[in-house]
Formats: sequence, C-alpha cells, structure tokens
Amino acid sequence: MTEAQVMTGLEAAYAFPVVRRRFPIGQFATGFGAIAALAFIAAVVGKSQAVEWSAIPAFMIDPSILGGLLLTLQLTVAAMLIGIALGAVLSAMAISGNIVLQTMAAGFVWCFRGVPLIVQIFFWFNIALFVPDLKLGGIDISVNAIVTPAVAGLLALGLHEAANMSEVIRAGLLSVDSGQHDACRALGMTRGQALRGIVLPQAIRVIIPPTGNQAIGMLKASAIVSVIGMEDLLTRAQHIYARNFLVIELLIVASIWYLAVTTIATVGQHYLERAFARGYGRRNAARANAAVAAEDSRP
Amino acid sequence: MTATVDLMVRAEGVRKRFGDTEVLKGVDAMVSRGEVFCLIGASGSGKSTFLRCINHLETIDSGRLLVDGRYVGYEERDGSLFEVGERELAARRAEIGMVFQRFNLFPHLTALENVTRAPVMLGRMKRAEAIETARVLLARVGLADRADHYPSELSGGQQQRVAIARALAMAPKLMLFDEPTSALDPELVGEVLSVMKDLAREGRTMVVVTHEIGFARDVADTLAFMDGGQIVECGPPDRMIREPSHPRTAAFLSRVRLASHPPD
Repeated sequence: MTEAQVMTGLEAAYAFPVVRRRFPIGQFATGFGAIAALAFIAAVVGKSQAVEWSAIPAFMIDPSILGGLLLTLQLTVAAMLIGIALGAVLSAMAISGNIVLQTMAAGFVWCFRGVPLIVQIFFWFNIALFVPDLKLGGIDISVNAIVTPAVAGLLALGLHEAANMSEVIRAGLLSVDSGQHDACRALGMTRGQALRGIVLPQAIRVIIPPTGNQAIGMLKASAIVSVIGMEDLLTRAQHIYARNFLVIELLIVASIWYLAVTTIATVGQHYLERAFARGYGRRNAARANAAVAAEDSRP
Repeated sequence: MTATVDLMVRAEGVRKRFGDTEVLKGVDAMVSRGEVFCLIGASGSGKSTFLRCINHLETIDSGRLLVDGRYVGYEERDGSLFEVGERELAARRAEIGMVFQRFNLFPHLTALENVTRAPVMLGRMKRAEAIETARVLLARVGLADRADHYPSELSGGQQQRVAIARALAMAPKLMLFDEPTSALDPELVGEVLSVMKDLAREGRTMVVVTHEIGFARDVADTLAFMDGGQIVECGPPDRMIREPSHPRTAAFLSRVRLASHPPD
C-alpha cells in the first residue's frame, strides 16, 4: 500500500460520514402479518374435530399407498425419459435447416401439445377400436395385448412431454451465442460435432431449470392416469377413502408424499444446476479480478 | 497452375450479396505464403465479410476464392462451383485458423480445454499430447499460469490470447484475424498485438482485418484498403500510409490517424 492509499483509508474511517442502512420497517410489518395469518389458519384447521390427525401417520406407510407412490414415480421417470429423449430428437430436427424434418417436428409439437392430455390418454386407451391388430410379416399382433392401460398412460404422458420438452430444449439451443457456432465451424467441426461437443453442454445449463419444472409438473399430472384405472398414488388414496370415508386425511397423506418427492426433486435440481454452472457465476468474477490484478502487477 | 503454388490466398472477382445489398462487388486479392496481409476500411466496407468468405463461414455468389490452390467450400466442374460435403468442408476449414472480434471462447471450458478440445475431438491428437501442446501454446501467449481458468475469469486481452492459442492448436497453414482488438479496452490491445507480432515474425501467413494502423504499418507486408465492397488500393504499408494514391484511402487514413493512439 502506498502512503496515499493509507491516508484515504483513514479519512474514510474517521472524517467522512458513513452510510447507515434504513431500518427495514416494511419487512417487519409483512413478517408480522404473515405470522398472524398462518396462526389463524392453523387454529381453524387444528380445531376442526372432523379431521382425524392421528390416522395420518399410519396411512403414510400403508402398503397400498406406497405401491401407488411407486407407480407414480415409475410413470414420472419413464415419461420424462421418453419426453427428454424424443424432445431432444425433435428439437434437433427443428433447428436442422432441413425443411422436411422441421415440418415434421413442428407438426408433432402442434398435435401433441395442442390436444389436452386427458383426451390423449383416452385416445391411447381406446386405440384398439380403430387399429384392432398389427400385421408384421406373418405375425399378427393384437393391439389390445400391447397397449395395456400402463402402456396407454405412458405413451400419452411421454408423447405429450416430448412435445413440451422439444420446445424447452430448442430454447436452450437457441440461447447459445452464434459466435460459438462460428468458432466450432472455423476449428473444423461438423454441425453434429459442434452440437454434441460444444453447443449442447452450454444449452443444458439453460435447459435444466424448466426441465425440473416439467418433471414436477409430470409428477402431479401423472395422477390423470386414474381415469383409465391405473393405480397411482392418488387413485390408491381414493380407493381407501371410499371405504373408510377419511377423505381429507387421505388427501393430506397423498399431498405430503407429493410434496416430499417435489422437495427431493428440487434439491436434486439444485445440485444438477451447480454441476453444469461450470465457468459461470460469482466465484469466477472474483478470480477474474484477481487474475487481472496479478497480470497488472507484473513487471 | 504453377504460378499459384506460392499463393496462400487467391481471390478473383469475389461477389457476395445479403438479400438486396451486394456486400462484395468483385474483390481481388493475393496473399503469398508467409505474408502478413492487413485489410483496413470503414465499417460496412465488406472487409469482415470477405475474411469470413476465405474459410467459407460465408458462401460466395461468384468469383474465385482459393486457399493454398484449392477452394475451401467448393469444387469447380464445367465452369461452375458446387458445394462440397460437410465432412470435406470441415476438414478443409480445420487447416485455417480464425480469431474473432468477440473471442468466442467456449465459456464452459477452461483455457486449457478450449485449446485441446478441437484437436482431440477431430482426432488430430491424443488427449495427453493435446494437453502438452496446449500448455506450450498457452505459455507462448503468456498465459501458462491461467490454464485452469475459465474464460469468465480472464480479462478480454487474456481471452483473446487463449483464442489465438486455440486456433494455433490445429496447426493451421493460414491464420485469419477478424478485428481481434476491437472489443478490447485500450490498455489491453497491446498484449494481443504483441502476440500477433510474434506470429508474424515466425513467418506465419496471416490475413488481418484491423483498425490498428500502427500495427499494420509495423507488421504488414501488404496493406489493402477496402471501400464499397472492393479492394481499391493495395501495397506496401509505408508507402500507402505516407502517400495513398486513392482519394478515399487518403480520407480514411486521415480520419483513423486522428482517432488512433500514438505509435509505440
């Protein structure tokens, strides 16, 4: 430190006015209001004699409920995997520059994003009505045997998700600066090499948050398979309360499980985002300044 | 074709239009092996577009544009040019290095990985060999101790030097520079120019689009002035800067001289 810098430091500390933060009165007021509102709701709910709170813990680990939870998780994971894989292919088609592929991708998205999910589920469930059997070579396959309710539900959720995911992935790919494409081409990479090796890894950073959103949406949307008799978490809860009339209790049980899985997914997403944030963020800014300063101080 | 053997770049009547505007209106240029060719001109004169045509980042509409005696993106058959396949094009492009105004480093890779990625991906080098080469190249541009930094952790001048190292890693026979110092803070321009001077001294063939008249005067073998989509004047930099023969060259140089920093 030079003498001039020492002087400035001392002057700042002893001679010049120091900035004091304003007391955040607004935040205290809203905090107080929020606590009061929560206490009121808790009092109303807690006082209700109609809710048998003590029944909830037992149902949380009821084998039927856990079986339903497992199916919900299987459906969500499988449908998301179909959605991401097919969505990636569709988005690659959409930016390929090949007008036939582009039109095909756009047509798929238009159809499977535009028709309500519940309609698509009924459609797959009833597909045997107009395609009763498939003749492949000499083999005759009954469509009803292949498209079980499970397959119908998975197809509907997966294809609907693919339409949405293709737009999420396309947006991610478009977010990568055109200079990156120039650099790849100038270095002698083909379009495919550039996409897989350079562009996609950068796009993933942008793709992850909306994909997490989609996955959580899928977890809840999968409850829709109850309409074709699949026994997911919600359906199992409904079956139980149809017998014992503990409606609110079992809805709370299901809600707690949905919230628990969502929470785990959110935490997972956080770590995933951090893993792909390589090269971005605050730590980098600090190191950048250090690097520049080190460079400057060199003889 | 014996006359073209020592020509690294041969452009004849290169034309290029974007929609209704013709950006290149018949560009002629010759760059010999080992020559440093600096291209100056007002913005919008077509110099960056011409540079991007050399490695086929932009297609041309007519004319001849050969690198080392060969088209980069075309094959000539029966007096017409046909585009070559993607793999062939990529392989030909890999022999031409390019440095961009906005660096275009890969932000998710460290400086070292930026340099090693293309040679490894394209099968030019094994990973260990590429890392070794990259360390040598980063040391040459003065960044040996920044190998593990991400681009966002480097200053503009450092980023551009990594970008130069990245281009050199492919052992190009020709280097293209597209206004390499235009996006830099003034105090960082010098470090990039000095790396480029070293490259010129090694006898590398370079085509440099620049606004740095001082650099052009010190380093260029040939200075070309581009205006309205054509190279209107071309020659040894000293003579051209001292006594430009074309009135528009004279007007441009007097404008630039007023704006540029004093020579070092």
